[in-house]
Order: sequence, then structure tokens, then C-alpha cells
Amino acid sequence: MAGGIKKFVVGSFDDENVLFPAVKNVRKAGYKIHDVYTPFPVHGLDHAMGIRETSLHTAGFIYAITGTTTALTFMSWVFTKDWPLNIGGKPHFALPAWIPITFELTVLFSAVGMVLTFCYLCNLAPFVKKHHFHPRATDDLFVMVIECTDKTNDTELQSFLQTAGAQEINVQEAETGWWIGRYHKEQKLYKEEKGY
Amino acid sequence: MSLLKYESQLREPLVDGNKNYHQVTEDIIRPIEMKPSRLWYIGFSISVALLLFGVYSVYREVTYGIGQWNVNKTIGWGWDITNFVWWIGIGHAGTLISAILLLFRQGWRTGVNRAAEAMTIFAVMCAGQFPIWHMGRVWMAFFVLPYPNSRGPLWLNFNSPLLWDVFAVSTYFTVSLLFWYSGLLPDLATVRDRAKTKFRKMFYGVASFGWSGSTKHWQRHESLALVLAGLSTPLVLSVHTIVSFDFATSIVPGWHTTIFPPYFVAGAIFSGFAMVQTLLIIVRKVLHLKEYITVGHIEAMNKIIVLTGSIVGCAYLTELFIAWYGQNPYEWYAFKENRANLFSPYGWSYYLMMFCNVVSPQLFWSRKLRRNITVTFFMSIIVNIGMWFERFVIIVTSVYRDYLPSSWSTYYSPSIWELGFYLGTFGLFFTCFFLFAKYFPVIAVAEIKAVLKTSGENYKVKMTDMEKSDAEKFYIDEVEHAHK
Repeated sequence: MAGGIKKFVVGSFDDENVLFPAVKNVRKAGYKIHDVYTPFPVHGLDHAMGIRETSLHTAGFIYAITGTTTALTFMSWVFTKDWPLNIGGKPHFALPAWIPITFELTVLFSAVGMVLTFCYLCNLAPFVKKHHFHPRATDDLFVMVIECTDKTNDTELQSFLQTAGAQEINVQEAETGWWIGRYHKEQKLYKEEKGY
Repeated sequence: MSLLKYESQLREPLVDGNKNYHQVTEDIIRPIEMKPSRLWYIGFSISVALLLFGVYSVYREVTYGIGQWNVNKTIGWGWDITNFVWWIGIGHAGTLISAILLLFRQGWRTGVNRAAEAMTIFAVMCAGQFPIWHMGRVWMAFFVLPYPNSRGPLWLNFNSPLLWDVFAVSTYFTVSLLFWYSGLLPDLATVRDRAKTKFRKMFYGVASFGWSGSTKHWQRHESLALVLAGLSTPLVLSVHTIVSFDFATSIVPGWHTTIFPPYFVAGAIFSGFAMVQTLLIIVRKVLHLKEYITVGHIEAMNKIIVLTGSIVGCAYLTELFIAWYGQNPYEWYAFKENRANLFSPYGWSYYLMMFCNVVSPQLFWSRKLRRNITVTFFMSIIVNIGMWFERFVIIVTSVYRDYLPSSWSTYYSPSIWELGFYLGTFGLFFTCFFLFAKYFPVIAVAEIKAVLKTSGENYKVKMTDMEKSDAEKFYIDEVEHAHK
């Protein structure tokens, strides 16, 4: 995504019970919420913002079956084809004895794959520098960030946020880039979601 | 509030003292930002000293060989494997708290999960030392990995429980580490955003991976935590099951029993919770976290201790009964003469194990004792000693009287270097734990905030009101409230 400086209106809320109606009203009024930064997972906020469900668990399942297949294929190949060892006259294809390792590799592949995918999707890595809109977003504030377009009247938006119950409102400029997220693809507009 | 989220008003709050979000951050992060206390320095120095003694003991063992230990041909697995199984068992409580209790939606886990997960990781690190150094020629340790080699390639024996252990323990360590660290990211970001000094800004900036708290990230984070919990639950059961296979798949009398997997898993959780108690009772006092790790938490863990302790007791008796009922003279001899006979060389260790693991936890049927911190702390030590002796009994009393009486090894006691190695792992464990308690949030800050409103707020006010109203009205209120 091409970089560039964008303008954001930032409103901070100190109560999640005020935040929920505010999110709804802001979206109803036709503004585009860039993101809401919260100190802990606020249940239902993703739905209120119209963000689709994550499919991370599907990725986890795919990694898991990759692990299962890798383990079974490798052990079968080693013990029946590459170097068939005679262990006490037992069958070379000893499936029951391979269950533990197959299981461990299934879990290992799934866990490692999921965590890496998670870090990739959320752009998390050591030395990644991001624009943080409010330092208290990881402490006790729920920070709603609204992107300004050419048409947005930001004074109007600021007073709108004030009535919605925001404690602190300011305008910030941030360079947009991959690290700032690309949720415009994820989010549906309020009108689209409700079908009018 | 939906019915599923409904929390009984009679239940104690998970966090005491009507905190708000900022106070939670303050209370938990403050110890990181302050200079460590004198107590911390003393503890840390002792741990490092023990670690150094351990390093020297291992150095002797590597230089001069396994002969530095008093293990012999009959008792090939002495203290070394006892310690391995002991440490790995301790690790299990962390995963139980973080994974199984997450799946069961137990809100109280949030107060203790972070420290317990850290304990798991450090305990598994300690456990791993024993089989590695027991190899003797440790520079060949990479032989346990399946890599294409110039000897054929001669692969590994994938049918061997000892190799399963390699896979199980390394997977367990990796998955626990990932689970722990992914949970730490938001809290490290909290420390980063409060940081005043340059070093702290840089260190936590790097360590928090640039976490921002975005709603989408939280959504993925929750999904990740749930799936990792789902994976860790069978994983933790598999790890100790496989450890028990090391014994159970052999034909040594006393080891060759099918009861081992469930019995080992219950024992592991039992000893792990005891270790969690030991650590957290100290942590809550030293770091002033009594409002987060409440007596309610301690009591909940004591309930698990009495449950798993009784399962273990049941397993001991079943094992003894089956040894008699099975009518295998060798098996029965191992139980009757080597263990149950108090006057046999190791008979005392069997009774010590019975007392520590089966009899003493029964105290926790009393609510008063369950909620007594001193009793709990004392008991946690007793249980840890008992569980160490369980592994000692299983390993040593099964092998010291061989099939051939001429190779009987009637008395085995560890050499100073064997003991030093064990103490060294204590050093490793506590060095890591002290560093963790100093530089990382010992309680999951974000998770505490998430349960704060549903459980803690105005709890006391509600209680006084309820005491005033009569039982009938209370019932109506409860039911109405629940269905709103």
C-alpha cells in the first residue's frame, strides 16, 4: 500500500458502556472508523464495528493436518522404504507406535504456524515501529480513531464525538503504511451491513 | 447481561478492593518500574549461587563421566530421572491453569495464569537438563534428532517411548512458550506505554512487538488463545502419558502397569499446583498483590490439590491391589517386599510418599484450613516432597533388586555432584523466576481488566443489600436478573 500522510480524528472514551453506542452512532452518521484501540478485549466490539470473524482457526487446522501428514509420511517412508529396521520382529509399518509422535507434530505445526500467522496478520514483530494514537490505550482508555477523507468536516466530527461521550478529542496525522492496518477491506459500512 | 455471562452475587469477587482499570495497571506494573527490594537481591543471589554450583557439578559429570554420580548398573536411573519426572510434572499445572481452565471458562485463572505459565516454562527447562546430561557423551545429544546423516542415514527408532519423550517434551516447551509470550504481548505494551526511562522504552518496545490494542488484533488474539488452549489441553495430557510410557512399556516389575498414564497425569497436576502455591504465596506477599491473588484463588487451587491428591491415592492402592490380584510373583515381590515392607532398604520412602501425597492433603476438606495461607504454604512444600518421593519410589524400588540377586544394589544414595546437579536446577528455576518477577508483569493485566467489571464492582455493596432483604426476595431478584 502506498504511504502518505492521513488525517485522523481521535476520540478517547473511559467507559465501554459509552463506547458501544458511540461506535454505533459514528458508523450510522456515515463516518469511517479506522480502528478502536482498547486495553483489553472488549467482547462484541468487533461485531459493533462490523469487522468480520477471523479465520485464524482455519489456518490452525490446515497447519495441524500438515503436521499429521508430515509425521506419518516421514515415519512410514523411513521404516518401510528407506531403512526398514527389524525391531523384535515387529511389523515395519507400526502405526499404533507412531501415534504419539504424529500427535506431537500435529500440535507443534499448528501452534507454531498459528502464532506466526497471527504475528504476520497483525504486523507484530520486534523492532516494528507503529504510530500509537494514545499512550493510555493500553492502560484505561478506549481510543476511537476515525479517518478523515476530503469530505469530512473535522470540527463537526469533533463535536459529534463530544456528544457521543468522548473524554479527550484531538486530530492527529499519521503516515499510513502496512503497519497501520488495512481494515477498510475488513469492515463493512453500516448501511451495507443493515441492508439499507 | 446474558445468562451465560451471569456471575452469582454470592461468589467472591476475583479482584478485591473495587479497582478501576488504571489502578489495576498501577498495582501490577509498579514493581517492574521500581528498584528491586533487598529481599529480591538476596533471593536472586542465592539462586545464581545454586545455579553456579549446578554448572560445576555438570562440568564434573561431563569431564569425568557418569561415574561422578552414584548410579550403577542396577540403578541406572537414580536421582537423575526422578528429578526429570518431578520437574516435568511441576510444569503441568501451568498449562492446566492457562489452557484447561480457559476452556472451562474459569474466571479465577486470570489472577494466577501468567505466573503459572512462566513456572511451566522454567520447570520444563530444568526437566530437560536431566536426560540431556544423563546421555554422558552430551556432545552427541543431537543424535536424538531425525536428520539425514552419514550413517546410512540410520534414522531413529520411532517406536521407542524414549524418542516419543524427545518429541513430547520439546513440543510442550515450544507450545507453552508461544502461549505464554503471545499472552504477554499486550501487557508488555502496557509497560512500554508507561515507560519513562530510555532503556525501558527500548526494551519493552522491542519485546511488545509493536502491539497496539487494535480491535481486530484483539479478535485474532482471542481466537489464537482459544485454539492454543484447545491444543495444549491434549498436549499436556500426552506429555505425562508419554513420560509414564518410559516406564510402563518396559517389563520391569513395578513399572509394567497400564494405570501409569492417568496416575502420572493426576500426580503431575497435583505436584504442579503445590509448586504454584509455593511461588504465588511468596509473590503475593513480596509484590503486594493480595488483592489479585486472593484467598479465593488459594482455596480454588487447594480444592484441585485435594482432588488430584485423592486420585493419586486411589491409584497407589489400585496398583497395590492389582499387584496382588495379578498373581505375578515378581510384580508382587516388588510391591510387597521392596515397597510396602517398611523394614526393607527403601520401605521408608514408600510410607513417606503415602503420608505426604495421600494422607496430608485430606486436611483440605476443611474450608478453614483451605483458606489458611500458612497451612497452604506448609502443605505445598509437603506435597512437593511427597511427589519427589513418588518418582523415587517408582524408579529406585522397582530396579534395585534385580532378577539376579547377585546384582542387587541394596543401598543407593546420591553423590555430591548428583545432588549438586539437582540443586543447580533449583538455581536455574529460581534465577529465571526472579528475573521474570522483576521484568515482566506477573499477572495478566489485560485479562484481569476483562473480568473486573463482571466480578468485582460494588460487590460489597451488593452483599450488604442482600443481607437485608429476605431470602424470597433474593431468589426473585436473582432469577429476574439472570433472565434479563
